[in-house]
Amino acid sequence: MTQMSLEALAAAVPDGALLALPPDNSLPSVALAKALVRRGAKGLRLLGVPVSGFATDLLIGSGCVEEVQTSAVSLGEAGFAPRFSAAVKAGAITLRDATCPAIHTMLQAAEKGVPFMPLRGVIGSDILAHRPDWRVVQNPLSERPDPILILPALHPDVAAIHAVMADAQGNVWVGRRRECATLAHASRKLLVTVERVVRGNFLEDERLAPGTISATYVEAYAVAERGAHPVALLDEYGFDAAYVAAYARAARTEEGFRAWVEEHVFGRAAQVAAE
Amino acid sequence: MSAPLADVQPEERLAAALARLILDPAAPPARHIAVGAASPIPAAACWLVSKLDRPVRLSLLHKRSGNPFTEGTRELFDLTGQGRIDLFFLGGGQIDGQANINLIGTGEWPGQGVRFPGSFGSAFMYFMTPRTILFREEHSPRVLVPRVDHVSAPGVSPPEVFRRGTAQALVTGRCVFRFDPARARFTLESTHPGENLATIRAETGFDFDAPAEVPVTPDPSPEELALLRGAVCDEMVETYPEFCARVWGRAAAA
Repeated sequence: MTQMSLEALAAAVPDGALLALPPDNSLPSVALAKALVRRGAKGLRLLGVPVSGFATDLLIGSGCVEEVQTSAVSLGEAGFAPRFSAAVKAGAITLRDATCPAIHTMLQAAEKGVPFMPLRGVIGSDILAHRPDWRVVQNPLSERPDPILILPALHPDVAAIHAVMADAQGNVWVGRRRECATLAHASRKLLVTVERVVRGNFLEDERLAPGTISATYVEAYAVAERGAHPVALLDEYGFDAAYVAAYARAARTEEGFRAWVEEHVFGRAAQVAAE
Repeated sequence: MSAPLADVQPEERLAAALARLILDPAAPPARHIAVGAASPIPAAACWLVSKLDRPVRLSLLHKRSGNPFTEGTRELFDLTGQGRIDLFFLGGGQIDGQANINLIGTGEWPGQGVRFPGSFGSAFMYFMTPRTILFREEHSPRVLVPRVDHVSAPGVSPPEVFRRGTAQALVTGRCVFRFDPARARFTLESTHPGENLATIRAETGFDFDAPAEVPVTPDPSPEELALLRGAVCDEMVETYPEFCARVWGRAAAA
């Protein structure tokens, strides 16, 4: 739970890491994704927990990504994720399709420290046919035929989220987005960007403690104001639909995407975000 | 302010048709319905049921203020696994005559033709909710296909596979189909104004059954229209601002 700069945080994500990212309604760190683009990260294997959005499209378009495991990639009302779609078509990334509760279940197995966990449903889906690591077994506790899916525990190398604030102890506060705790528990290290660092200890406040991820799980954090933007951050700020729509238009072409990145990741907009 | 809306709009007719399916007394009860982000018309149907004073709990996944979940979508799937969600809506880039849905894509795996966003939670929700209403506004041979290129979630399962339910119906911009899981087959229930059996056959890639006389999908009642344009829109404007602006001319509060 060391405080560092945003660029140092990006340097703590090794090339080739299995990097877990929450979706656009659950505290993704877009600031860290932009810093990874600036650092020229390579070979990242992204995990959408359980789906992927803006940050994933940005990292794919920037050539940082080798593989994506996710249940969907979308820009919400702005439509299909353009750089993801282009990369799938070009065969530039390996795509491992999943379904949302399967990703949650694999992480829940990891947080419990058990090798696998069962999940209902999924049998008969073609997703299963393309997942040799997923197995259907007979329910060992049933006398009747009862096939059930078992999923292996999944331990991301790194998970990255954007929280509202960190305290003097390195605890971070995620409000009602407590699903981020499962991500923290299952991952080997959690990197967090925050709006601000405050005094005190969230765990001594009954109202803040339930939405707190203990410093036990936090490898490092960095201040990045508006670090979720253009995604919403709880009641701090809303979703910037115009920004995402403008990105979606620009990123329809490789050239348009590069110009967008030049301005919004390397240019003045990025300087403001990194201050 | 918006101009008065005289005519029934297609979105309003679809919402009312979905609301009738939700309230169908022959179907398992819908006490708790979950609705996703990309589903403004299903959300309008659920709010309409609620505003008609029918007892129903709505959990809107993407509601920003007062979101019902404190453990995100993980909690939604756990709730559904427990049997606490009675009805869910699913769509598909492709839907076939056996009610299989494809959110993966067309062509070689994983969508070398057109890649769709992905399966989301469909491969679980379709099994674990007592009923699903399939909804897709586009009704064309490219969407309603004889056989989906890839199965995100199957319409029916072998008897030994645990499954609480499947599709109740498929509602499109042209018609309402009912689904019979025993026969894994759709039957045309009603066509929206301007459509008939021949136009539906021409725009549908799969075979289906039809009665001798196909009724027209009813318009919303005056009471339903007033609710949709008033109380329903009030509830929806925060989560679906673009939809409310387009259909009802309602701007979101700043």
